[in-house]
Amino acid sequence: MWNQARWEEPLLFQYKGKNRVGLAVPREDVNDRVEVPSSVKRRNPLELPELSELEVVRHFIRLSQMSYGVDVGMVPLGSCTMKYNPKVQEAASKLTENAHPLQDEDTVQGVLEMLYDMQNWLAEITGMEQCSLQVPAGSAGELAGVLMMKKYHEDKGETRTDMLVADSAHGTNPASAAMAGFKVVYVKTDHRGLVDYGLLKEIVGPSTAGFMLTNPNTLGLFEENILEIADTIHSVDGKLYYDGANLNGIVGVARPGDMGFDIVHLNLHKTFAVPHGGGGPGAGAICAKGDMVDYLPGPLVGRVDGSYSWSMEPHRSIGRIATFHGNVGNVVRSFAYLLGLGSDGVNMLGVMSTLATNYLMSRLQDVRGLQLPFPGRPRKHEVVYSVTPAYNEIGLTAEDVAKGLLDRGFYAPTIYFPPIVQESLMIEVTETEPKESIDEFARALYDVMREAYSDLKAVKQSPKRTSVSRLDYVKANHPSTFTPTFRVKRLREEGSLQVLK
Amino acid sequence: MTRHPWLPNLGSVGEMMSSIGISSLDQLFSDVPQSVRLKKPLNVAGKPLSEQEIVRRLEELERKNTQLVCPPFLGAGACPHYVPQAVKFVIGRSEFYTAYTPYQPEVSQGLLQAMFEYQSYMAELLEMEVVNSSLYDWGSALSEAVLMAHRVTGRRRVLVPETINPFHLQVLKTWTYGRGVVVERIPFDHRGLLSIEALEAELSKGEVAAVYVQQPNFLGVLEEELESVVELAKKHGALSIMGVNPLVLGVVRPPGEYGFDVAVGDGQELGLSLNYGGPMVGFFAVRWEGRLVRQMPGRIVGLTTDSEGRQSYALVLQTREQFTRREKATSNITTNEALMALANLVYLSLLGPNGLRELDEEIMSRSHYAARKLREVGASLPYSGEFFEEFLVRFPARYSKVKERIRSRGLHGGLQLDENSALFCVTEVHSKDNIDKMVEAVAEVM
Repeated sequence: MWNQARWEEPLLFQYKGKNRVGLAVPREDVNDRVEVPSSVKRRNPLELPELSELEVVRHFIRLSQMSYGVDVGMVPLGSCTMKYNPKVQEAASKLTENAHPLQDEDTVQGVLEMLYDMQNWLAEITGMEQCSLQVPAGSAGELAGVLMMKKYHEDKGETRTDMLVADSAHGTNPASAAMAGFKVVYVKTDHRGLVDYGLLKEIVGPSTAGFMLTNPNTLGLFEENILEIADTIHSVDGKLYYDGANLNGIVGVARPGDMGFDIVHLNLHKTFAVPHGGGGPGAGAICAKGDMVDYLPGPLVGRVDGSYSWSMEPHRSIGRIATFHGNVGNVVRSFAYLLGLGSDGVNMLGVMSTLATNYLMSRLQDVRGLQLPFPGRPRKHEVVYSVTPAYNEIGLTAEDVAKGLLDRGFYAPTIYFPPIVQESLMIEVTETEPKESIDEFARALYDVMREAYSDLKAVKQSPKRTSVSRLDYVKANHPSTFTPTFRVKRLREEGSLQVLK
Repeated sequence: MTRHPWLPNLGSVGEMMSSIGISSLDQLFSDVPQSVRLKKPLNVAGKPLSEQEIVRRLEELERKNTQLVCPPFLGAGACPHYVPQAVKFVIGRSEFYTAYTPYQPEVSQGLLQAMFEYQSYMAELLEMEVVNSSLYDWGSALSEAVLMAHRVTGRRRVLVPETINPFHLQVLKTWTYGRGVVVERIPFDHRGLLSIEALEAELSKGEVAAVYVQQPNFLGVLEEELESVVELAKKHGALSIMGVNPLVLGVVRPPGEYGFDVAVGDGQELGLSLNYGGPMVGFFAVRWEGRLVRQMPGRIVGLTTDSEGRQSYALVLQTREQFTRREKATSNITTNEALMALANLVYLSLLGPNGLRELDEEIMSRSHYAARKLREVGASLPYSGEFFEEFLVRFPARYSKVKERIRSRGLHGGLQLDENSALFCVTEVHSKDNIDKMVEAVAEVM
């Protein structure tokens, strides 16, 4: 039976050691000892622990044992695409590790060649003409995309106020549109789980800057009317934006560019297997075709006479999105992944991840309390279930199911998203999970639902086998107990901190 | 393709199809209109390579990079430093490395505690109370700070020094363009320091959302009159934002001591490899004030207890985020740079307060040694302000010639800023011997 480590691990601040150091500083005899001017000199002593290397290492190994990643078990987080990260990617990181972003271009030809190949490969995969690898993750790509649309319309002398966003979209879409100064106009989902095309035609008009959409959508459904949608947006010279978060379900089957999309962002950490690192770093790309190519964040890597340089500056570029060239150290991990898959493998990604999703669905038919909204159609990268029947019958919530799965050794699916489905579980197994793991996951989910009907209390009390049990969120968020740092804890205990107003 | 190490189900396709009740894989895509189906296979990356072949291809590319004797004398927002083995070892632990954002805290306590400790370490370093669990990099953290100031004050002007890192400035302009923020620059004096008079003059024109300063500034110079910046910003109702290299804070006054509203910067210098400029790790901290904390972008981990009363950790203030607030969210971010933040934490916990101070002193000695040696062979330092690890050098010869000569020794010089000047960076990775070699090369063209 699965059990997670339970170390009562103190904070580093609570370690007792004194006058220890975990890293010796090398000294050179250079006789140029200087002091910072007194007006700039730090006054208060720096209140950090003094620890040996062993203490530091042991602390973090214990913490690692109370963490859960794909190397520990399945992480079926819908829309987050947590696939296996092949270990050869670590060898790849050596290519970029010691390169400074401002080194002379002739000294980093290997890095630039890799970036150039990636620009081209991702353009081929998305059906776009050009890609910029500057975006450090998807949301930065979205911001780039909406700014490109804004600048495009402004260059034509038009002020377009509205950004259309599907109501099933990722929360990042409306947030990005708002960051770029657009008014967000939601496009409803119809009874089939797709964009309400009739409604869309009514909404689209001269103030429409563009439409942010993902396909397959967050329900895992393919937008069948995509060509009509594209025509409608283009008929008013709006631009169609592709949120690449869900690309994994169709890679090698269909391309956004062929569906009429003008701009695409990719999450390399999703589709192309860069590890997520507990929330990041990710890596991204923003790709464009037609008149949008000129607006890409620059510069891009170009090739002249066999040598590579940052010579391509899109001439109406929105500018830099990242301080340097994006998360190159992760782009190279995707590069290794693509080398390993080759054309044959890339052409299978969408098929194999879709096969896995639909196989899981076949194993989850007729589970009591679990409902499949918008039934009767195949899913792509992910599938959204609802536990509304169980909620109505016995009061079981999606969160309860999530916690029950944790006790069975699985990370939980995404819950309460998309907001258009009540009590939702959004499951994405990906193409890298063997059939047997999918079977085990299906059994675990079935088991949680069955237990809920026989002993709801037990499920409500889960998780029990994890490092801690359910948490007090009121305490975590209340202004009088909100503690984001040890400093706040210390100052509050000293009585020198006001309640947060 | 019937078998592949990363695609386990290639051999189970038939069985899986029959469980689904389909007779061809095509049926899985029956809802994709024929006209948008790919007509010919993608042409990407050639034939699938084995692991050995991938490694060989990567080594081939590595050989196309020039192997230098030591890291470049280059900074400008990314400075070379030694990365301790223990840092690499800890961030390589795959429970951390292959984890996602800890949406299920009970099973991710280790990661959450590490993020809480990162926030806590940065809070001590900065002397600020609230720190988030990281943003992309300095440029994007600065942009988020300015967008926050715009939301808090409702104003559009932002004042930045002319000595701002130009790459950060470009990012700032891109990120804030959509909201109509106007970025204006404040000049510097003969010491290389921000002109307080000019700042006051601009502030008094009104409508300023934020004043930004950078420590050390792009010329490498340590700004000395930051109290005045905070005072003036406050007087004119603008937020004060300090961008700071966290490495200097072992010896230099932190933003909290001055009373800055917001502190931003990059943790790249705290245990990260150069990675050709990314991933880096932007940090973002604010004072203990409700309007700032609630408008702060990014994830925050907080302390709480579990149902059995044990101390535990969870993501807090999530109602500001894009899951529930959507277009009203404080930011669009979902991904951060948690693993790089973890590297910062491990690095700082290895050094501790004394190690950090000693490292700072060593960097200052070596950079001042290099500056003195360069002066001795005829170069000059145009600004008199005190500096930390970077400094602007003016050469009597054209810098392109100087750079070429440095390259001939297998070294890489500083970043050229105009025909005769370059910004040099000297840290603990540059030995006395390599500094001497660099200076010798410079001497030959003077």
